[in-house]
Amino acid sequence: MAGDFTKERGGRIEGEEVQAWQIGKAHRKIDAVDRMRGLLRYTDDLKLPGMLHCKIVRSPYAHAKILSIDSASVLAMPGVHGVVTGKDFPTPYGVIPWTPDENALAVDKALHVGDGVAAIAAIDEDTANAAARALKIEWEVLPAHFDPAESLASADQINPYSRTGNLSKKVMLEFGEVENQLASSSCVIEGDYFFEGSTHGAIEPHCAVANVEPNGVLTVWSATQVSHYLHRELAKVLDLPGNRIRVIQPPLGGAFGGKSEPFDLEFCVAKLALQTGRPVKCLYTREEVFYSHRGRHPMQMHYRTGFDKDGKILAVDAKTLIDGGAYSSFGLVTTYYSGQLLCAPYAFGSYRFDSKRVVTNKPACGPKRGHGSVQPRFAIECQLDKGAAALGIDPIELRRRNFIGHDTKTINEFQIGSNGFMECLERVEASSQWKERYGKMSYGRGLGVAGSTYISGTNYCIYPNDMPQAAVQVSLDRSGRARVFSGANDIGQGSSTMLAVIVSEELGLELADIRVVSADSDLCPVDLGAYSSRITLMVGNACVQAASRLRKQVVAHVASKWQIPAKRVNLVRGQAVDIENPETCMSLAEAFALAEAEDGMLSAVGNYNTPRDRHGEYRGGTIGASPAYSFTAHVAEVDVDVDTGVVQVIKVWVAHDCGRALSPKIVEGQMEGSVYMGFGEALMEQHVVDYNKGGVHTGPSLLDYRMPTFLDTPDIESLIVEEADDQGPYGAKEAGEGPLHPIIPAISNAIFDAVGVRMDKTPFSPPRVLAAIEARRAQEASGELAPHKAALREERR
Amino acid sequence: MSLIERLAPQEVGFPLPWARPARNKVRMSDALLLSMKVNGEEVEVAAPAHFTLLEVLRYKLDLIGSKQGCDKGDCGACTVQLDGVARLSCLTLAVQANGREVRTVEGMTGAHLHPLQDCMDKSVAAQCGFCTPGILMAAEAFLTKMGRVVTRGEVAEAMASNLCRCTGYTKIVDAIVDASAIMAEGKN
Repeated sequence: MAGDFTKERGGRIEGEEVQAWQIGKAHRKIDAVDRMRGLLRYTDDLKLPGMLHCKIVRSPYAHAKILSIDSASVLAMPGVHGVVTGKDFPTPYGVIPWTPDENALAVDKALHVGDGVAAIAAIDEDTANAAARALKIEWEVLPAHFDPAESLASADQINPYSRTGNLSKKVMLEFGEVENQLASSSCVIEGDYFFEGSTHGAIEPHCAVANVEPNGVLTVWSATQVSHYLHRELAKVLDLPGNRIRVIQPPLGGAFGGKSEPFDLEFCVAKLALQTGRPVKCLYTREEVFYSHRGRHPMQMHYRTGFDKDGKILAVDAKTLIDGGAYSSFGLVTTYYSGQLLCAPYAFGSYRFDSKRVVTNKPACGPKRGHGSVQPRFAIECQLDKGAAALGIDPIELRRRNFIGHDTKTINEFQIGSNGFMECLERVEASSQWKERYGKMSYGRGLGVAGSTYISGTNYCIYPNDMPQAAVQVSLDRSGRARVFSGANDIGQGSSTMLAVIVSEELGLELADIRVVSADSDLCPVDLGAYSSRITLMVGNACVQAASRLRKQVVAHVASKWQIPAKRVNLVRGQAVDIENPETCMSLAEAFALAEAEDGMLSAVGNYNTPRDRHGEYRGGTIGASPAYSFTAHVAEVDVDVDTGVVQVIKVWVAHDCGRALSPKIVEGQMEGSVYMGFGEALMEQHVVDYNKGGVHTGPSLLDYRMPTFLDTPDIESLIVEEADDQGPYGAKEAGEGPLHPIIPAISNAIFDAVGVRMDKTPFSPPRVLAAIEARRAQEASGELAPHKAALREERR
Repeated sequence: MSLIERLAPQEVGFPLPWARPARNKVRMSDALLLSMKVNGEEVEVAAPAHFTLLEVLRYKLDLIGSKQGCDKGDCGACTVQLDGVARLSCLTLAVQANGREVRTVEGMTGAHLHPLQDCMDKSVAAQCGFCTPGILMAAEAFLTKMGRVVTRGEVAEAMASNLCRCTGYTKIVDAIVDASAIMAEGKN
């Protein structure tokens, strides 16, 4: 029987009423100054005595059999200490335990351009690079498949471990009677959408260092966002017991999902360190980062949406073809998410999705911020906008009419708790002056709206087990300081600060008196890592439990010394205070010393596990179920240059219900970063390979892959909506991924308001927008369509 | 007795770290001697002729504050100041800095945080912080040149060669504008 870790949720002593002194305040991040002074050591900043440098030799072909690799002559080169190939890693792995379909290095054949084939360790980078260039590999080039439909139809199996040919995963689920409901709809909107692939583009390239310690423990430092899964896969692939491996995540330079599974470099440095007895480092070049990818899946989506005459959604029918690239990665989850995460904030009368993920000879896709649900969200929100236009209903009003409500179940049986979506809509409507301006601005200028929901962690962990999803240990000592041990990965989102804020709130300590030790498998409790927006809710809850246990312990000793009831003692601003008689106080150092003298070392653990009753009772009904859901609404304002097709986003209003905002400045940062990242996907970014040039990436650099700069990025106004959720610590939900979703359809919908054309394919690049405007003009000239905003055209000239 | 003494090598299961002698190779190209002033300090450093300024700072001088994000001049994370002008250290050969004055992010903080750092911290303008050293170097050079309070538009234009993937730039612009006021006041 699994332990019920959620029984004690922390919280205040009965009868105690205390004003929050940290929650909801503006905080400086606990480690930001060290980062800004250039003092913090990221993975590539680590330098160990005798360290070797590793370079990975990669396939120049999209699909090719390896006939031979001449390791021996490279190994004989001066300065080269080790060479490993796929034969050194026969055990396949995969972050999802059901789909182990990749080897650390290609064993028999390479499946995409950039697939790792061999790794070389040498005394310095120059020597390693020279050896990598010298390594002779004989290839037999095989036919490659880049187009998912073509790949699906082909008899050539790309991934040797696949059990279903080039079909990576298929999910078909139906809730209610879709065909009947479509038949009885007064308006059915049918549309084809394409969401282009995009990548994370963290400024820090992937990097890993491995060293075998004198006691035989293999230590791997890696720029990973999921140390625990890396730890598990290292043990599996290297065939070592987990207790002989230590994984440390140094400060991380951005991730966004791009570092959420093991990569070839981690296995290579570990194996080479074991072989050579020396520390080994590998730093990806920026080109390698692009080829390692695991970014947003390209999706072709066919949607049919049925509305009644009042705009209520009677049916949603979605058919999705997902281009997965060469490996499964998180693909099983992606395929479910492409349908499962769509069923809020609107109530659907019936819903069916049919998603297929296909293997192609491209860098594998995986999770990127808003995993699997950003693409279908684009489709559905454009569908709703088209429905609103067809029915003559204001797009915000149409969304209100379909609001699913709070404390309710979605059609796919997910339990929703708090839901601040209506307030989100109101806030963006008011701030953007929607009522005064929507449809009324001059030709070329427009507003668009979209909404979304996202998970705050997943109820079920990637590998099934009964252990807690999160655990935190807090200890105090007589110096008046707290140490917080957490396996959670701070990837820049500020999770370590979040933990410090909670401990500070509970124990009355200043943030400066709290040390957070995180993501070191030898020192910290197991945590599953930074993905699915799980940390604030899950690790936060565990931290509240640990810290509140200590608070009660300290308060009890102080109360007994002062001979007053415990509820009169408050720990705040570095002191223990008698609430009724504030002159009676002592420093926390004294209070901790008092408790330490009575009880010995002051230490407590907190655990968190998800509630197991909030998902659907059908196969796959657990995937995508979350303890709590965030909600978001965006309004985007655009200016479309009708002569060039250039879309300028003037401003974005983003309202996000993150539950209780533990640290509003940090929440705003997440909202702004999300808008920025989605904005790039809407207008600029595409991660594509050239089908006619053997599958090479069209622009594997930060210049050619067009990430928005300071100049491109629109003005962003963040509006925090706080609908506290019972499941979250102090009511908090996620903020890091949800606010990305609506920006892409909001821009598309704004372009429609501006110039009357529908952009159903990302990115909305100038040639595409211009072509759409010209096509519409032709239709207007032939009388097929009325001129868009005819009355408002003069104004622009 | 340490664990290693108790276990025979085969029981440890790994080759011992000191099983192979350390290799100490000296190359003639390492003999290229450069002298420069780095963060106010005269340094002499030997480096291969093809080393970039970024490599010399990071590998030879252990000034790891300047970051390598792309190594080809696209991201701006390696931005330093050469004689007060913002430069991409990954596109600058170390020899080009010979006899000149280099300022890195490590040189920004004396007894107090630099106003730019303080404003960035207050605005929570650094998330992962990897682009931040380059941003600080570029922003400081820009504000020093301007010598007055700057507008958001001027900041966006001046900083367009520094990429940040976390923040959406909003809070960085806030911080640079705030710092420009403090720095301009300090000058008067």
